[in-house]
Amino acid sequence: MSNILDSKIPEGPIDQKWTKYKSSVALVNPANKRSIEIIVVGTGLAGASAAATLAEMGYKVKAFCFQDSPRRAHSIAAQGGINAAKNYQNDGDSVFRLFYDTIKGGDYRAREGNVHRLAEVSSSIIDQCVAQGVPFAREYGGMLSNRSFGGTQVQRTFYAAGQTGQQLLLGAYSALQRQVGMGNVTMHTRHEMMDVVTIDGKARGIIARDLVSGKLERHFGHAVVLATGGYGNVFFLSTNAMGSNVTAAWKAHKKGAFFGNPCFTQIHPTCIPVSGDHQSKLTLMSESLRNDGRIWVPARKEDAEAVRAGKLKPNDITEENRDYYLERRYPAFGNLVPRDVASRAAKERCDAGFGVNKTGQAVYLDYAAAIERYGKIEATKKNLNNPDKATLIVLGKAVVKEKYGNLFDMYEQITGVNPYNEPMQIYPAVHYTMGGLWVDYNLMTTVPGLYAIGEANFSDHGANRLGASALMQGLADGYFVLPYTIGAYLSTDIRTKAIPTDHEAFVEAENKVKAVIDHLINVKGTKSVDYFHKILGKIIWNECGMSRNAEALKKAISDVQALRAEFWSSVRVPGTADEFNTELEKAGRVADFLELGELMCKDALERNESCGGHFREEYQTEEGEALRDDENFSFVSAWELTGDNQWNLHKEELKYENIKIAARSYK
Amino acid sequence: MKITLKVWRQKNNAAKGQFETYKLDHVSEDMSFLEMFDVLNEQLINEGKEPVVFDHDCREGICGSCSMYINGRPHGPKNAVTTCQLHMRSFKDGDIIVVEPWRAAAFPVLKDLSVDRSSFDRIMSAGGFVSVNTGNAQDANNLPIGKEIADEAFSSAACIGCGACVAACKNASAMLFVSAKVSQLALLPQGQPEARKRVLAMVNQMDAEGFGACTNTGACSAECPKEISLSNIARMNREYLSAGIIAE
Amino acid sequence: MNWLTNFLKSSIGRKLLMALTGFFLCAFLLVHLIGNMQLFKHDHGLAFNTYAVFMTSNPIIKFTSYGLYATILFHAFWGLYLVNTNRKARPVNYAIIDGKANSSWNSRWMGVLGTIILAFIVFHMADFWAEYKFGEVPYVQYSQDLNTLEVTAMPTDAIDSKKIQFTESNVEITIVKNLYQEVAVAFREWWIVLLYVLAMASISFHLVHGFKSAFQTLGFNHKKYNGLINFIGVWVFGIIIPILFAAMPVYFFINQ
Repeated sequence: MSNILDSKIPEGPIDQKWTKYKSSVALVNPANKRSIEIIVVGTGLAGASAAATLAEMGYKVKAFCFQDSPRRAHSIAAQGGINAAKNYQNDGDSVFRLFYDTIKGGDYRAREGNVHRLAEVSSSIIDQCVAQGVPFAREYGGMLSNRSFGGTQVQRTFYAAGQTGQQLLLGAYSALQRQVGMGNVTMHTRHEMMDVVTIDGKARGIIARDLVSGKLERHFGHAVVLATGGYGNVFFLSTNAMGSNVTAAWKAHKKGAFFGNPCFTQIHPTCIPVSGDHQSKLTLMSESLRNDGRIWVPARKEDAEAVRAGKLKPNDITEENRDYYLERRYPAFGNLVPRDVASRAAKERCDAGFGVNKTGQAVYLDYAAAIERYGKIEATKKNLNNPDKATLIVLGKAVVKEKYGNLFDMYEQITGVNPYNEPMQIYPAVHYTMGGLWVDYNLMTTVPGLYAIGEANFSDHGANRLGASALMQGLADGYFVLPYTIGAYLSTDIRTKAIPTDHEAFVEAENKVKAVIDHLINVKGTKSVDYFHKILGKIIWNECGMSRNAEALKKAISDVQALRAEFWSSVRVPGTADEFNTELEKAGRVADFLELGELMCKDALERNESCGGHFREEYQTEEGEALRDDENFSFVSAWELTGDNQWNLHKEELKYENIKIAARSYK
Repeated sequence: MKITLKVWRQKNNAAKGQFETYKLDHVSEDMSFLEMFDVLNEQLINEGKEPVVFDHDCREGICGSCSMYINGRPHGPKNAVTTCQLHMRSFKDGDIIVVEPWRAAAFPVLKDLSVDRSSFDRIMSAGGFVSVNTGNAQDANNLPIGKEIADEAFSSAACIGCGACVAACKNASAMLFVSAKVSQLALLPQGQPEARKRVLAMVNQMDAEGFGACTNTGACSAECPKEISLSNIARMNREYLSAGIIAE
Repeated sequence: MNWLTNFLKSSIGRKLLMALTGFFLCAFLLVHLIGNMQLFKHDHGLAFNTYAVFMTSNPIIKFTSYGLYATILFHAFWGLYLVNTNRKARPVNYAIIDGKANSSWNSRWMGVLGTIILAFIVFHMADFWAEYKFGEVPYVQYSQDLNTLEVTAMPTDAIDSKKIQFTESNVEITIVKNLYQEVAVAFREWWIVLLYVLAMASISFHLVHGFKSAFQTLGFNHKKYNGLINFIGVWVFGIIIPILFAAMPVYFFINQ
């Protein structure tokens, strides 16, 4: 164990740590705040809430986003909801229970102190958002409505139809725009962070590229906050936005910030499958569909082949020729097994040659049985005796439409298939990365003055994130945690005057960035950036996706290395560096993914256990269940970059003082 | 299927633009409209040409980035979808498709199909918020809000800020966008203390940005991917008239 | 009063002026129609000509009519100014616009429809109003038997006043300018009839959009009464009023 990693968890009982911390942390007086500048990169839930809050407190904030407006950050696409331990439903929820569920859901790979703090502040988030005018769903009496989510036993999820992320982001965005209007935040849209500038070991600014003019800019800050999201796009196909990238986090990593648990990625079982090589991204279908749908593939290989060739329709496959594999393998939980289990089972069937869709990479999610079942219930309600099947189907479809209508419409929109008449096709897809920059309790990385918040840090989710917890964590970090913890650092920095950006560290950083850009433009090779990105995605998806094994990971590492070499010798980036050049943007991002991909595989190879989103085929029970190794792997992997694609592993040991570790079982 | 594209190309804001014609021979009907553009760009790069710049991000109809004016309509021929959710099965083999950027004085073209919509952000900065600092809030359930009101506020808040309303309006008016935010906050009790100030400030900023005025053609709402209703504009007019007469 | 000018100069204030003047013009149209319905009376124009005298001599109506002319001019030129301002909001136009996909054609052509109506009003005023006021309109003498109410008319020489009316052995004699005759003569020309019918069609399309649009501008939009506003806009101002107006020239043309 290395002693470089100090998580700085305050002493004391778990439920007192944050309270004590808040009342004893050093403060910055208002006059000093005015002369302290903070750079916030990324303006999603975490970044926008942090930038707004810091500005409200009196700091001078400079915010950056690559999109044309902060409102477009990918937090906007989150559908389900946000958890908070309000216990409005009187069903026994509490801060401790949310804390416990998050640790357990994370398969005991998250830090107790951080997670408890997250659960503590969760309830203030809801208060804050409601005060901003976020239109959460309400009951008729005017009180906030809750639903249960992700198989929890309490109803603690607040939501705004299927657009919770959008509404929360617009709330944070409006708070941010208010500060922009008041002159407290300078907003730089269509700017990409190209490097972190460090002076005397401390983060002191960034180099940013104006994406429209192509100009490189130097910006000073007493501290730099990265809120740049996750790196799911390393897979090329994911539910992330097209622009989501690891570049800011990766540049920070290259400047000394350790990267935590890179192999922990979450794969969602119910996404709309890939329709062809042209596919650019994947769309999530709410997990609630599994409540009523039955998942199956053809039981006979020849049927599956006929379906793939378009010669056979799913409705023509008789009941005895269908394999309801989840019900077969997990009779107790059936179609409702957790995300990772459902995902792996789908992959297993498709790999074995039973997959459907033209690509063979899809399984059926069938509502016929549910429609008939609901039809019967409706018929009974309406006192219909012996209704014929057609009537039952009409009645049942109406019920399904009411419950899932918007999802069914969305499915039809994208696929052109009417899911009321034909089973839907689904396949797992990457949608969240638990890993990220390693941070201590203050959310500071291993570079002093450099912070990481939201999905960009390795976070509070351990090896697996619970549903409706991503929004909670982003806003907790931005509204309620970072604005306090950053004061601890800045209070020691009040004597530092703004450093002029002609300082040699800025010049050097800018020159390096410029050299990389010129290199990319001047390769003048033969293959597009997407060509490399797609290959990289396939490598990582196949070898470091839903299930992993040592041999495949070793092969993936060498494949990624070879691909990276090919990229730098034969990529073609048209246009010039001094213009609006979207291919150049992509090239820079893919270059970083090509390095991260290797680290992910290395991390997965190092972790000889199966936990949460990380499933190593060598470490499973006889029934195919994940086998965690708490004795040897109860730690956070924090990777330090020591040279060109050379890493050193540091381990932060995880201590469980309040929660008893147990195994997960869904049999 | 085979598709002919006529795409607006413009090097930068100062340059003069023109249409370029491109032929695509292998378009699958399962592609989204933007995926077809990916294919076009791949083709252009392989030919050694510069790819078409267009705004896009989430590709699931919620971020509001995509902004193409397709065959005379923002977001193309289907109602209630963004360009990224428009699929090629809405077109047929041999179609000629004309693609232009949003056109408005307040949305200057940056390059090709990408326009600058920061005017929307400035309108938001003028008043599209509730002035509540972090930590100010009371308990969320201390302020009951009837379900009907909450639902109506939500449907106004569903705006994704894509600018299709401006693109569709013959006057390039931003009233649907502005009124959606004014409405959301005017409906909710949280928005009341600043309601008058807000509507005056947001409308003033909207005018200063160079958007046209509303002549109630309804094109904005008809083309809105989130089907934001015209009743929002009426509510904003009401709010503005009363604020203009009553407010200090 | 700075707040008022600022208020009226804003995009919503400008619309408000259009809506309010529009409502006033709608009200005028209704009154004008009711008066002109007297053209359909079988009295050789007695009622109509008497009404014309009343309209040009009553001081309140005279005062209102100057307000009306000002309103027409304001509505027209303010409208054209706004069309021009709105056009500046899109300096570069699209190559292709599929307007019918999202809006009615008349809502998009309000400026053109309004210009046609303005041109029509100019022609209409020159033809009748100016002719009546400044031109050589012959006088007519009506004799109405107060028992049978039967009316006979005969041309007469010009008199000094606008109207002379007296009763003589149960017969009421009225001498007035014979505007009715002017109308009847004008509407013998097929092109004038056609012009009027086309102008009324313009008014119809202008008001089908304009009437409900004015309510929207004033902030009235609610599903409880939108149906009623729409109904009145389409049926009363879009169909009934223009058809009755258009029926007048057609009636004279057919009955010449």
